[in-house]
Amino acid sequence: MKRLLKPIKDVGIVGYGAYIPMYRIKDEEIGRVWGANGFPIQEKSVPGIDEDAATIAIEAARNALKRAKINPQEIRAIWTGTESKPYAVKPTSTIVAQAIGATPDLDAADFEFACKAGTEAVQTAIGFVGSRMAKYAMAIGVDTAQGRPGDHLEFTAAAGGAAYIIGEKSDETVAYFEGSYSYVTDTPDFWRRQHEHYPRHGNRFTGEPAYFRHVINAAKGLMEELGYTPNDFDYAVFHQPNVKFPLTAAKILGFPMEKVKPGLLSGIIGNTYAGATLVGISAVLDIAKPGERILWVSFGSGAGSDAFSIVVQDAIEEKRDLAPKTWDYINRKKYIDYALYAKHRRKYII
Amino acid sequence: MPAMQVSRYWRHFKEKYRLAGTKCKKCGKIHFPPRQVCNECGSREMEEIQLSGKGKVVSWTIVRNPPSGFEYYKPYPLALVELEEGPIVLAQLTDVSEDEIDFGMEVEMVTRRIREFSEDGIILYGYKFRPVLKTSKD
Ligand SMILES: [Zn+2]
Repeated sequence: MKRLLKPIKDVGIVGYGAYIPMYRIKDEEIGRVWGANGFPIQEKSVPGIDEDAATIAIEAARNALKRAKINPQEIRAIWTGTESKPYAVKPTSTIVAQAIGATPDLDAADFEFACKAGTEAVQTAIGFVGSRMAKYAMAIGVDTAQGRPGDHLEFTAAAGGAAYIIGEKSDETVAYFEGSYSYVTDTPDFWRRQHEHYPRHGNRFTGEPAYFRHVINAAKGLMEELGYTPNDFDYAVFHQPNVKFPLTAAKILGFPMEKVKPGLLSGIIGNTYAGATLVGISAVLDIAKPGERILWVSFGSGAGSDAFSIVVQDAIEEKRDLAPKTWDYINRKKYIDYALYAKHRRKYII
Repeated sequence: MPAMQVSRYWRHFKEKYRLAGTKCKKCGKIHFPPRQVCNECGSREMEEIQLSGKGKVVSWTIVRNPPSGFEYYKPYPLALVELEEGPIVLAQLTDVSEDEIDFGMEVEMVTRRIREFSEDGIILYGYKFRPVLKTSKD
């Protein structure tokens, strides 16, 4: 039984773009306030007071559009995967569509599946374009993640996102999809009930049965279906809630460290949740050479993983310089203390 | 926020979200905000154009006692920005500290939260300007 997901027409990435807010807080500063030491990452990104998932998505989408060099009026769908919608009911994707000049002839919706929401949008865009229902579809993964103050998630919950414009494979695509695969089970590792401000997690339940089971099975399933081994890939990007989990997953699967490092950004920007692998892939596309193959595996609590195999094409050389690169945003940083961080995260009631 | 104010803002989404202006088909003058009649030659033949969003700070002030809906953002810089196409716009600067702002500072447009109202939760988005992002190809 074929488990690989593959549309009738080959599709690829026409344009991509990332965005990471400029503010950073060091984990040791968070630890100073809550009396903790021994941290999962160095520092994480913090949104500006005037930033949210919609504004981050807008800048990422504009960067994707610059590289795609297409008229935004040709985009037939914008789907945003996020856990941090500015409005509980009003969609984020309509705000993005309006801001990039794509309205009104398109579909728009927000996707939810914890940190996997961004790759859900990619899977759907592949089907939408690969069936020739639409010429272009945009998939975005973005979050401004919040951890309960003092909880271990506060040390990694970060902000950022990336956007991908999917179109039929051509000389204009910077990379094409060889196939994808999704693996999901009902796993209560992390959740947030309606009207609760912060998510809850099943503590020790998160590692083995959740992250590793899904990431590894998704990666293995995809490689089996395509007949590949880790040797066939030049890069691998795994969901990165911290630094340890993706490195451990890589080791179990047999990927050497140097294939994982270029797309592993959580140590310096934190966990951008639904944005995490999309931002990691954008950092890899910023440096990859035509012909190189990339494994892309997300993870979302609840739980599931999407895995993709993409092959870089010639157009990358000309298109990557058309918009700011992922590292341009990582290098642009201003450190803030916990008091200002609390203002940025709207902890003060005025 | 009164419903009337929201609907007035909503009618201007194009200019607020992405800096869409107008260009006079007769004399070529570019306007922002968009105009129906050219203030140069009086022509009514206008076309919508997307402004580049690049400009320079002409003048600025720091707002320390903001009006309602802007309280959480204080203090914030408010500037006159001369767009490269000519029009001058009044807008907030963002991602910049007071001591970094200077006359002639090169800025670029971003879309950010402008104002919000806790009573009904309406968030208004719109243009602001930040220092031009340094990129590795520069
Ligand atoms: Zn005129």
